[in-house]
Amino acid sequence: MSRTPDTISTLREVLGHCRTLAVVGLSPQWHRPSYFAAKYMQAHGYRIVPVNPLVAAEGGSILGERCYASVVEAAQAIAAQGGHIDMVDCFRKSADIPPLAEEAIAIGARCLWLQLGVTNEEAAERAEAAGLQVIQNRCVKIEHARLFGGLGWAGVNTRVISAKRPQQLPY
Amino acid sequence: MSQAPKTGDRDYGFATRAIHAGAIPDPVTGARATPIHQTTSFVFDNAEHAASLFNLQTFGNVYSRISNPTVAVFEERVASLENARAALACASGMAAQMTALLAILKAGDHIVAASTLYGGTVGQLGIGFSRLGIETTFVDPSDVENFARAMRPNTRAVYGETIGNPLVNVLDIAAVADVAHAHGVPLVIDNTVASPYLCNPCDWGADIVVHSATKYLGGHGTTMGGVVVEGGKFPWDNGKFPEMVEPSRAYHGVKFYETFGDFGYTMKARMEVNRTFGAVLSPMSAWQLLQGTETLHLRMREHCRNALAVARFLQQHPKVRWVNYPGLPDSPYHALAKKQFRAVDGQPGASGILTFGIDGGAAAGERFIDACEFLSHLANIGDAKTLVIHPASTTHRQLNDEELQKAGVSADMVRLSVGIEDVNDVLWDIEQALERATRA
Repeated sequence: MSRTPDTISTLREVLGHCRTLAVVGLSPQWHRPSYFAAKYMQAHGYRIVPVNPLVAAEGGSILGERCYASVVEAAQAIAAQGGHIDMVDCFRKSADIPPLAEEAIAIGARCLWLQLGVTNEEAAERAEAAGLQVIQNRCVKIEHARLFGGLGWAGVNTRVISAKRPQQLPY
Repeated sequence: MSQAPKTGDRDYGFATRAIHAGAIPDPVTGARATPIHQTTSFVFDNAEHAASLFNLQTFGNVYSRISNPTVAVFEERVASLENARAALACASGMAAQMTALLAILKAGDHIVAASTLYGGTVGQLGIGFSRLGIETTFVDPSDVENFARAMRPNTRAVYGETIGNPLVNVLDIAAVADVAHAHGVPLVIDNTVASPYLCNPCDWGADIVVHSATKYLGGHGTTMGGVVVEGGKFPWDNGKFPEMVEPSRAYHGVKFYETFGDFGYTMKARMEVNRTFGAVLSPMSAWQLLQGTETLHLRMREHCRNALAVARFLQQHPKVRWVNYPGLPDSPYHALAKKQFRAVDGQPGASGILTFGIDGGAAAGERFIDACEFLSHLANIGDAKTLVIHPASTTHRQLNDEELQKAGVSADMVRLSVGIEDVNDVLWDIEQALERATRA
């Protein structure tokens, strides 16, 4: 199993520091989970950089952001704008993860995030050895809502226990 | 240099979660007690926000038939106490089990259920669901092989109670879970009588837990409510539940398991069943149930202590033919109680329900109930007050003789739901009523 547990403290650190997310496999269709998650993260102040070769080949955009064919290509374009991709968020089959992990390492991302149902121990170990935080089989939208409010409205056990007044409104 | 402790990662104990889970301070007012959001509806910020909410693309509240912030605190509280992933509150325990099953069953499907279920559940499954084309086979739960033998290709759920009512039999949850899982279907457990304090069925392999919150969770006999709990480990993509993985016809083509993962079942139950069938919990009721839940651990310990004392007293009483309480060492269910239930004072905590047979049969049973001074004659369980009833003439009177026998209800049976009054007063009332009821 992965050595980096997805504890509340780890997730808080990841979601607090990673502000620009390359979303690999982001679908342009509104009812796909990748679109759900990216739209939510964008609405909560994160920059979404879509990575989708099919849409990129047509010069297209998703959620108002230009699409790129690969993580490396996306990172170069964002760097040219003075930015940096912090997280590589993967909506791809588990078997497709190793080359994405290599790209995440190559562009100096802080975090490799594998979405619900996606796990790859070999790629996770490679990324961890290179100093990346790896989260597997979790949804970035669900975990954000778990820590910063909203998920509890769906009756989910967030495991958050606190007597501190939240400093941001859940929405 | 040592790292500062990471404060978010503590595994809190049961009592702390009973008081805190789901209820962080209100972000606007700082209110520490859970506010009662007595509102049907919630404003949208703009058209885009409304669209995102209806598409389930952001979490939030639209209409209290779908979700409500006060009700949500109760849902998260129970999910936490059950060591589970998510929960959905309903208007009553009956509504909860209906919602739990309709989320995964359709006409042509089949249920295998314990024959010793609460009479209302037998009616809902055996008659109500059969009208919808969902058939139930009831089996004697004392032998796990009976569940295995009743499984069919169209079986989609196995259903039982942690502690049966009124037989007070204890189910071997892990063994029945193995049977259900071997057939690729979930085990649904009604954990009302044990309460999450004494037993967490998901830890023994159950996939879905239902409660009548009207009983021990609320604990004071004031408020109807129910809750469906999802353990979060069932593989809904095993081929038997296409409606969990294919686009929902009932909700915008959403694929519940793919989109919401280990709480996809709860989202489906919320959006397809509660939203359309409408048996939802009111915010005021949720608040009252939350107040009760904060003392669940304290009350359950007292219920267990008092019930064991009553059982021991009845066992040595000359006018009592038999006593059935899983907390008694000679109960056939003692070993299962010891295995599955939290200990109270070193004994397996077996909750507050017990039954006994009174000398003189049905007539003496009715006289006993009339002779009680402060034990309340009513059709509920799990109140702080001690409750007493004669099942054959009340809660189970709709059942025919064969069903009564299957449910283990005999004519001489008296059921006690032992409360948390001074135990010496409870024993006094039982003794004087026995004396008056059985005087020759």
